[in-house]
Amino acid sequence: MDGHDRGAKVVARLLRDAGFEVIYTGLYQTPESVVTTALQEDADAVGISVLSAAHKHIFAETARIMRENHMEEVVLFGGGIIPPSDIPWLEQQGVRKIFLPGASGPEIVAFLKQAVAEARAR
Amino acid sequence: MAIVQKPAERKPKFENSSGIEIKRVYTPADVADLDYMRDLGFPGEFPYTRGPQATMYRARPWTIRMFSGFGSAAETNRRYHYLLEHGQTGLSIAFHLPTLLGYDSDHPRAKGEIGKCGAAIDSLADMETLLDGIPLDQVSTSMTINATAIVALCMYVAVAEKQGVPASKLRGTVQNDILKEYIAQKEWAFPIKPSLRVVVDMFEWCASNMPEWNTISVSGYHIREAGATAVQELAFTLIDGLTYVEEGVRRGLAVDEFAPRLSFFWDLHNDFFEEIAKMRAARRIWAREMKRRYNPCDPRSYTLRAHMQTAGVTLTAQQPLNNVARVALQALAGVLGGGQSMHTNSFDETYALPAEQAVTVALRTQQILQAETGLTNTIDPFAGSYYLEKLTNQMEEGFDSYLERIEGMGGMVAAIEAGFPQMEIADAASRYQALVDSGEQIIVGVNGYVMPEDDPGIPILEIDDSLEEEQIARLQDLRARRGKDYLRALESVRKAAFGGANLVPPILEAVHAYATVGEIMDTLREVFGEYRDPGYF
Repeated sequence: MDGHDRGAKVVARLLRDAGFEVIYTGLYQTPESVVTTALQEDADAVGISVLSAAHKHIFAETARIMRENHMEEVVLFGGGIIPPSDIPWLEQQGVRKIFLPGASGPEIVAFLKQAVAEARAR
Repeated sequence: MAIVQKPAERKPKFENSSGIEIKRVYTPADVADLDYMRDLGFPGEFPYTRGPQATMYRARPWTIRMFSGFGSAAETNRRYHYLLEHGQTGLSIAFHLPTLLGYDSDHPRAKGEIGKCGAAIDSLADMETLLDGIPLDQVSTSMTINATAIVALCMYVAVAEKQGVPASKLRGTVQNDILKEYIAQKEWAFPIKPSLRVVVDMFEWCASNMPEWNTISVSGYHIREAGATAVQELAFTLIDGLTYVEEGVRRGLAVDEFAPRLSFFWDLHNDFFEEIAKMRAARRIWAREMKRRYNPCDPRSYTLRAHMQTAGVTLTAQQPLNNVARVALQALAGVLGGGQSMHTNSFDETYALPAEQAVTVALRTQQILQAETGLTNTIDPFAGSYYLEKLTNQMEEGFDSYLERIEGMGGMVAAIEAGFPQMEIADAASRYQALVDSGEQIIVGVNGYVMPEDDPGIPILEIDDSLEEEQIARLQDLRARRGKDYLRALESVRKAAFGGANLVPPILEAVHAYATVGEIMDTLREVFGEYRDPGYF
């Protein structure tokens, strides 16, 4: 529940330009709807952008539903306005990586290529 | 023959955010066509390039208006009293996302969002708490709310009535700019056409009941923050403004009945001169376009007044104290651009909503500009600068070119439906990110002058998750206590929505009967339908 889509769109384009197939769900998704889309599309990774301060609930709930659906190989990552002190907690919930403001495009692409390759190798 | 070798320049071409090439030096030749009376005029006179009022800050400096709101209505009310005691001169209300989108705090979509981005307001009861002890006949209040603006406005009027203050005495602004929601901020409820009808209902009702209220703040801020260039911000915003005027006229309102209450809202970004030129060009374009299209009698119908806010998107999480300098420089551009009120961002906003110390520094930044710098002593001091006048002209040319394209598509509504402004903005945002990634655009602390990252060492505002339960309990208690009058009122809302009668009176009645934001908006959504994100990227 958050109208900020600049970051999500810039990242979507970056990843598309880097050779990924990107499904951009549009705004106002729930954790359920994001996971459903990921399942339907057989996605390797799920990226979520949260700038509304509801990141704890949204990431934890998404991770939980992904576990329920046995999506252990799907990489969950994201970014937004997130206090660094919340990151360890989010990682414990199953988020692989949080990018904060200032993260560079190449950094995000490199992370995702490696994380997806590792997950596939498993 | 002597050949003097000039030192090579840093790059082959210098450009601003809008892709306007910046020359090495500007001369009288760049402004040879400038006609002082035609293109600039005196402050307070057509075409208002130099400022909307004759005396500007010499009479009264701009209004310091810090946007705030978080947690419960009671917590936000305490922050308002704090800001008013510290010299703030106007209130600005931030609502949490569920209120902005028209869902009650116990709606499943609201989970995790309660009080996070603003005050949790479910019903008039929360609004009464929010404004407790604030004499509404003495403050001017800005409410940043769009899709649900009509409900917020009715709640504000209802609280005032309970204080014994008639609507006609209320001063303030409701953002109410739904077009930029589809373009940029994306906090919509209904499809575009019924949304515009609600906006015009508010124009119509306020014209006869709230003569001192600004019924809309046509906003470039969100468009810019979404990645637009300065020219795109200028063009899309002014074309939105012209679209609202056209809708009002089509309803049968006389331009002078409602156009004087339109106000604007600019982003103050990093390119100092470009921002000043943008604000000067905006006033001139608005005056010229309004005069050309409607030839209003009341000069206020073509005088552009603007709120300003420093650019949140320019703040960095790295070395956050640097943001104090960024904000001060952006605010300086805003003052030189001649705006009427300002919010300065706090240096900690890339982490969370601002903590008290950070808000105070931001507030003091404006007070320093007003009290210590001499900026308020003369009006539009950059007028006549070869560079600035040329740039102001170029911004106007950029507007003209977008106007032509958008009119060619059949107007702004059709352009939005085709995804045109959205894609232009997404393209600009990607171009900017590429410049940063390549190092061509340096951001201090991010891709230049980097320091080892450690704890930012600043206090961060935490919003307690227990608020969610409390707010839901308050809401459910209200539902149990209120009578049944709200049901009849909601039925009147539905009838008006179907039949086309002005929606303000029945919503005011519903608010008084403690119908909730979610109930009122659900009633309207049933009639109008919902807008869905087309998901262009």
